[in-house]
Amino acid sequence: MNMAIYLDHNATTPLDPRVLDAMLPWLQGVHGNPSSIHRPGREARAALDRARMQVAALVNAQPAQVIFTSGGTEADNLALKGVCSGKPRGRILVSAIEHAAVLGPVEDLIRQGWQVQRLPVDHECRLDFNALQKMLGDDVRLVSLMLANNETGVIQDVKAVADCAKRHGALLHTDAIQAAGKLPVDFVALGANLMSLSAHKLGGPRGVGALIVDRRVDLAPQITGGGQEHGLRGGTENLAGIIGFGKAAELARLELDVRNRHLRALRNNLEAGLQSMSGISIFAEQVERLPNTVQLGVAGFDGEMVVMELDKRGIAASSGSACHSGSGQPSHVLLAMGVDEAYARSAVRISFGMSNSMDDVQTLLAALMTIASKRSGALALA
Amino acid sequence: MNQKTIYLDYAATTPVDPRVAEKMSGCLTCEGMFANPASAHGPGRAARGAVEQARNQVAALVGAEPGEIIFTSGATESDNLAIKGVAHFYKHKGRHLVTSRIEHKAVLDTCKQLERDGFEVTWLKPDADGLIQPPMVEQVLRPDTVLVSIMHVNNEIGTINDIAAIGRITRKHGVFFHVDAAQSAGKLPIDLKTLFVDLMSFSGHKLYGPKGIGALYVRRQPRVQLDPLIHGGGHEHGLRSGTLATHQIVGMGEAFSLARQELTKEAPHLRALREKLWQALHTAVPQAMLNGHPTERVCGILNVAFPGIEGESLLFACGALAVSSGSACTSADRQPSFVLRALGRDDQLAGSSIRFSVGRFTTSAEVEAAARIVSEEYRRLLDLAPVG
Repeated sequence: MNMAIYLDHNATTPLDPRVLDAMLPWLQGVHGNPSSIHRPGREARAALDRARMQVAALVNAQPAQVIFTSGGTEADNLALKGVCSGKPRGRILVSAIEHAAVLGPVEDLIRQGWQVQRLPVDHECRLDFNALQKMLGDDVRLVSLMLANNETGVIQDVKAVADCAKRHGALLHTDAIQAAGKLPVDFVALGANLMSLSAHKLGGPRGVGALIVDRRVDLAPQITGGGQEHGLRGGTENLAGIIGFGKAAELARLELDVRNRHLRALRNNLEAGLQSMSGISIFAEQVERLPNTVQLGVAGFDGEMVVMELDKRGIAASSGSACHSGSGQPSHVLLAMGVDEAYARSAVRISFGMSNSMDDVQTLLAALMTIASKRSGALALA
Repeated sequence: MNQKTIYLDYAATTPVDPRVAEKMSGCLTCEGMFANPASAHGPGRAARGAVEQARNQVAALVGAEPGEIIFTSGATESDNLAIKGVAHFYKHKGRHLVTSRIEHKAVLDTCKQLERDGFEVTWLKPDADGLIQPPMVEQVLRPDTVLVSIMHVNNEIGTINDIAAIGRITRKHGVFFHVDAAQSAGKLPIDLKTLFVDLMSFSGHKLYGPKGIGALYVRRQPRVQLDPLIHGGGHEHGLRSGTLATHQIVGMGEAFSLARQELTKEAPHLRALREKLWQALHTAVPQAMLNGHPTERVCGILNVAFPGIEGESLLFACGALAVSSGSACTSADRQPSFVLRALGRDDQLAGSSIRFSVGRFTTSAEVEAAARIVSEEYRRLLDLAPVG
C-alpha cells in the first residue's frame, strides 16, 4: 500500500508506538476480567484505574468523573440522551456545526418530542453569541457546543457559553474530541458539565473514548447490564484499549507544547505556500484554529475529486469529515458558515500529525499545484 | 500476572490467542491498516477490506450472511441493541417481552429498564436443571408479545437451552427471538440458516478475541428492524454509529475463524478436562453437588456447590486459583447467585458454589492441581466452621 504521506489525522491518528507498547502486554498472556475478584481480575482493575487517572489528568478532571465508552460517538450519544432520557421534555440548543455523533442523537431526541434549536455560526465558524443569548431560556435543558471543529479547526469560546448556560440552569456539553491532545483542555476551567473524548484522535487506539461527567449531572445509562463504570455504562471493559487511551493521554499531556509547535510550523508553512496559489482559499483563516488543521476551498473543483487525485499521488487527505465520506453532500459546517453550495463542495481538509515533515508540506503543495493547473480538464465542475 | 496462578475462569474472560494478537498488532502499527475505514483514500479502503474480511469470518462460524453481522463494543451492547432496538421499533405492535430469570445482567437490566419505560416483561423461571423448556415459552406468549430473549448457554452453570425448538415456537407465533450466544459461539455448533433465531449476540473476549468488541446478528429474511442505540455517522447500515475499531474487529474475526477450525477438536478436549475436574473433586469431596443439568451443559463450565462453607471464603482460600463464585459482572454485589436461586437452590447452597471454567490453554496438570487445592482448602474451612 502506498502510504507515502498521511494528512488525515482528524479522521484518525496512527497509533503511537509507545502506546502500542503499553497495550501489547494486555493482549498477551492471561488477564482477568476487571470485575472478577481474583488476582488476575484485581490486576486488570488496577490497570484500568491507572488509565482513568491518566485520562482525567489530560483534561484536569477527577478520575471518578471519567466514564469509558466505546468511542467518541458513544460518548456524545451518552451525553445527549443520558441527560434527556426520562426527563420532562424541554429545549436543547446545539450548534449548527456539530459532528454527526451529536447531530445523530439530537435527531433521535426530536423524534422523542424534544424541541431542538440550532445555534448559528458566523462566516468564520464562530458561535453567534447574540443568537445564543436570545435562544436561552429556563426551559433549555442542555446546550451542546464543540470545543474545536473537526473540519475547519475553529476553536469556540466554550467557557463563555457555559457561563451563559449556567445562568439559565442549562447544562453544557462540549465535544472536545478534536481539541484534546492538540490544545490545553481544562474541564473545570471551561465550566462544562459533560465533555466527550476519543482515544484515536490523539495517538490512541480506536474503539475507546470517554465521557467526562460532573457527578451532579443526573445521567441515565444507555447501555445497561453489569454495572460497570459506576452503573453508567455496562459491558466488560475494553482493557487493552483503555490502557492505550491512558498512555496516549499521558503522552499528549506531557508533549503538548512540542506537538503544538511542530504542528503549527507545518500549518504555517502550508498556508504560506498556498498564498501564491490562485483559486485556493483557507476557510476561517483569520480566527483561532487547531494547530494542525487547514480546510481549503479549491474554486471550480470538486473536493472529493481533488482528494482522489491526491490519493493517486500517495497523499491521504479528506474532503471533510470521514463520517460523511461518499455521501456526496456538501459540508453542513461550511453551509452553516454561509459558504455557497458549489464552493462548499470544493473543500479539502488537511490535518497534520507528528509524523509529518516540512517535505510533506512541499509535496502536498506541488501536488495541489499540478491538480489545480488541470483547471480545464475533467476535474473542473463547470 | 503471577506465573503460579491457575486460571480457570474462561467464562469470565479468555486470554487473547497469540494468533489473534498477532493479527491485531498488524492493524495497530503505522505499516498496518491504521486508517479510518470510512475514509475514501487508499489506507481507508484497505482498512475497510480488513473489516469486511472479519465480518465474513464471524458470519462463517454461525452460518450467517456477512450483511447480517453488525459490529458492536461487546455482547452487552449487542443485547441492549437487540432488545431495546426491537422493543422501540415495534412498540406500536405490542409492548410485551419474554425472557428468563437466569439471563446475563446485560439482558436482565435491559428488560428492567424497558419495564420502567412502560413495557411488560414475563420472567420465566427455569426448571431444576436450569433449562428453559420450550413449552414454558409457548404458554406465556400473547398477541402483544414482540420479543422472546433466551440465552443459548447460561454463563454460570453452562446449561444449554433448546433454541431450535424455542425458535420454532416464536416463528409460528410471529414473535421475534433473540439469543445471547456469548457463551456458546465457538463451543457449540450454531447454524443460523437452520435456526429460527432473529437476533443473536456475540462477544470477542469469551472466544480468545479482545475485550471491547462484539457483534449482533440481525436476520435479513424475514427482516428484523431495529431502533439504533448509538446514532451519528451511519456506520453499520445505520444501526451502529462510531468509527470502526479495525484492530478489534480483525481480532474478533480471527478468533471466530480459529474457533471454526478448532471447534470439533476443542470441544471434546474441554469436555474431558471438565469431567476430569469433576471426577477429581467429587472423589475428594463426596458431598460436592453439581449445579445445572447433568448432560445438557457446554463443554467448558463446571459449577459445584460445596455444602457447609461460603463460596467466597473458598475462593479466597484458594489464592493460586482464579475461579469465580458467579458471573464476573455480578461479582461486586456479593449476593448469592440469582441463577442458582432461580434453580431452587437455597441461599446457603447458592452461596457455597464455585464456577470453574476451562479453556483452550488449560492443561491436565492444572486441572489436577486445582482439584487438589480446592478439596484441601474445603476440608480445612469445614474444620474451622462452627459445628451444627
